[in-house]
Amino acid sequence: MPALATRGLDKRFGSLVVAKDIELTLPPGERYALIGPNGAGKTTLINLITGMLKPDKGRIFLGENEITALEPDARVKCGLVRTFQINTLFPHLSALEAVTLAVCERQGYAGSWWRELPAYGDAVEEAYAILVSLRLAGSCYRPTRELAYGQQRLLEIALALATKPKVLLLDEPAAGVPQGESAELFSVISDLSRDIAVLFIEHDMNVVFRFAHRIIVMVGGRILVEGTPQDIAADHRVRDVYLGGGRHG
Amino acid sequence: MTSSALTEPQRYLEAQIRWRPVEIAFWLATLLPFVLAPNYLVLASQIAITALFALSLDLILGYAGIVSLGHAAYFGFGSYTAGLIAKWGWGEPVTGLLMAAAAAGVLGYVSSFIIARFRHLALIMITLGFGLLLAEAANSASWLTGGADGLQGVRMWKLFDVFAFDLYGTTAYSYSLAVLFLAFLVARRLIGSPFGLALRGIRENAVRMPAIGAPARAHIRKAYTIAAVMAGLAGALLAQTTETVSLETLSFARSADVLVILILGGAGRLYGGLVGAIIYMVARDQFSGINPQYWYFWIGTLLILVVLFLPNGVLGGMARLMRFARSRA
Amino acid sequence: MIASVFGVLFDGFAYGMLLFILSVGLSVTLGMMNFVNLAHCSFAMLGGFVTVTLTDQLGWPFLASLPLAFLAAALVSVAFERGLYRRLYGASDLDQCLLTIGIVFVSVAVAAYIYGTIQQPVTLPSYLRGTVSIFGHSLGVYRLFLIGASVAITATLIAALEYTRFGAQVRAAVDNQRMARGLGIDVDRVFAVTFALGSGLAGLGGALAIEIVGLDHAFAFTYLIYVLIVVAVGGLGSITGSFVAASLLGISDMAGKYYFPELGAFLIYFVMVALLMWRPLGLFGRR
Repeated sequence: MPALATRGLDKRFGSLVVAKDIELTLPPGERYALIGPNGAGKTTLINLITGMLKPDKGRIFLGENEITALEPDARVKCGLVRTFQINTLFPHLSALEAVTLAVCERQGYAGSWWRELPAYGDAVEEAYAILVSLRLAGSCYRPTRELAYGQQRLLEIALALATKPKVLLLDEPAAGVPQGESAELFSVISDLSRDIAVLFIEHDMNVVFRFAHRIIVMVGGRILVEGTPQDIAADHRVRDVYLGGGRHG
Repeated sequence: MTSSALTEPQRYLEAQIRWRPVEIAFWLATLLPFVLAPNYLVLASQIAITALFALSLDLILGYAGIVSLGHAAYFGFGSYTAGLIAKWGWGEPVTGLLMAAAAAGVLGYVSSFIIARFRHLALIMITLGFGLLLAEAANSASWLTGGADGLQGVRMWKLFDVFAFDLYGTTAYSYSLAVLFLAFLVARRLIGSPFGLALRGIRENAVRMPAIGAPARAHIRKAYTIAAVMAGLAGALLAQTTETVSLETLSFARSADVLVILILGGAGRLYGGLVGAIIYMVARDQFSGINPQYWYFWIGTLLILVVLFLPNGVLGGMARLMRFARSRA
Repeated sequence: MIASVFGVLFDGFAYGMLLFILSVGLSVTLGMMNFVNLAHCSFAMLGGFVTVTLTDQLGWPFLASLPLAFLAAALVSVAFERGLYRRLYGASDLDQCLLTIGIVFVSVAVAAYIYGTIQQPVTLPSYLRGTVSIFGHSLGVYRLFLIGASVAITATLIAALEYTRFGAQVRAAVDNQRMARGLGIDVDRVFAVTFALGSGLAGLGGALAIEIVGLDHAFAFTYLIYVLIVVAVGGLGSITGSFVAASLLGISDMAGKYYFPELGAFLIYFVMVALLMWRPLGLFGRR
């Protein structure tokens, strides 16, 4: 039973085809990379899977449940979570508040308005533990906008982890992070529990080949090829796409 | 014992919501008018009512980020309901107040289903449209509301069977202040709860909320309903303490005024509406002699200046000053 | 009965055309920069007062005052855009609303101070007054003039959008600002010019409005609501949308006043809310 599967996902904006017949299968606990040139439709695919975009056709499955008709927040409750390529955080909330909020939402406390937040000790401790594991505990009391960029990228992941995902979709987790620091970020990702299946979009091939079990290549809204890192490295079509066979916009 | 049992993160969160000495001073100061300005108690009760109304707007605007140009709909609805209940024979203040607030809450709940679905210009227009709709309806239904002449025949019984609403305003101010304080306690509790944090999340980044599994629309509906109850409470207080209700309570002017008041004081700070109400109402009372045109000239100028230079209102400016002073020390 | 239906349609359409001229500038600039300029009708009011001053106090002919109403509003709007609005392009909806509402308050107070709170007079030339008989219907000459002028303006606007380079730049900027910048279009300049044009048109509308709906110090407020309805219902950034929405609004308002006077403006607000719920981006809006 795959952790995440899509069948025949289609989406177009007028005459622009952004997704065509996407068949994706992500087994539990695996680390898959999604690569492709800019404009290939990778982020669009994540938007389709998470429900931010409605597909024209196709079905999406999380485990054995079909989630095609579910609202985005319901999908998160089922265990499907994504991070954003551009930091999409809560500028004036402290890191601790933000992660605690995510934990409260998961536990269902976020609607309760009678008890004070500190009284929810378990939620607060869980949030703090996540921040500790991502080495953010030192600055977790400061507002998010005061955190360094790399720390904000980590906070993106912290928020996702707080929802206890079964499937984690990372949209360029190291985007904008200098080479030296991205290694640390990815070691955090690779240390993630084997309970979580991860699909990450990435451009840095070193990182991709190091951390991915399997690679999916997307071009122009379609999946070009899928295989192990060795297969992909040897595939001439992929080399064409990246090295000048066809310069896609 | 309880303090030391809290972990460091819990203590940080607890420090955010702890009562500060300046707050206690503030609430003690609200008792001063009884002693220092006994001739102004009617004005004081008007200020308390406006402050409650502004507080209700702060919940949705300052904390959830919903821009409403029609919040007076709930104020006026509460006002007319309370007035009509008394006019039709039930003049007991407290129960009348609660019934009117509940009615406003129902209206808020029903309209929240629509409000929660929209953002940006559509939301502004729809809130404006609702307010105008209700005002027009009240105007047309003059058989019920008294139309432009206002609601007549509102007679309140004695509060707790002891305190009569008199011309001096002693009962009015005590009553309004007590209701304001209780509502404030509820609002404060709400802001310090997980729900309050969720509202701030919606304000800070509405896109991120569904991505962490938050049912943003359900949260907005809840906040909007609570805000409507509070606004209705304020409106009902006005009807009961002045024993009259006019169309003005539903007007766009009132929606705009409360927006100005909240921004002036500083939205998202719970006390902003209270501070703004005090400044605005006192100023208006002082300048009540002058031409209304001049008043709007100065309010307009003030609004422009606040947006340009004091975006977080008076309280925000003071907070910045204090941070500046502290960093220098 | 048929005569009155036609009369309502004619008067309503003329009123709608007036609303169109008043609103089209706001629709395009909102669609382009997403800047909520609630002071748009203050520029309209300015144009109206320019015409009043010119015709009433300086004896100018009505038609001659119209270009000046346009120019005055356009120039003043440029001053505001450069001096004030620019600072708030990235600001929140709320801040933009508040700033521009502040400007409305100030403009209303200034108008009252200078001109008082009474209805302003306008003297129309004799050839614009009275009625003319067409196909057995008695039609107001001024309204015919208004419809004619509006249609001419609409045609010019649409032609300019379609066939001039500037028009193409405007369309690109409304469609996708970031991409337009990327293509080398000076979006800020395009916006400044569009803003001036839109405000100028509003000023012209204010001048034309005096005969139809009157002009007083509170015009900037009173008609703001109608203009917002046209813009919201028609869709941001759409000239066609504004045209259709304004016509709809003008005709419904006239029909409402004629057939259901007890409902007052209730019908208009109700239709607006219902339409916005069905199409939050407006009839012709896109995003």
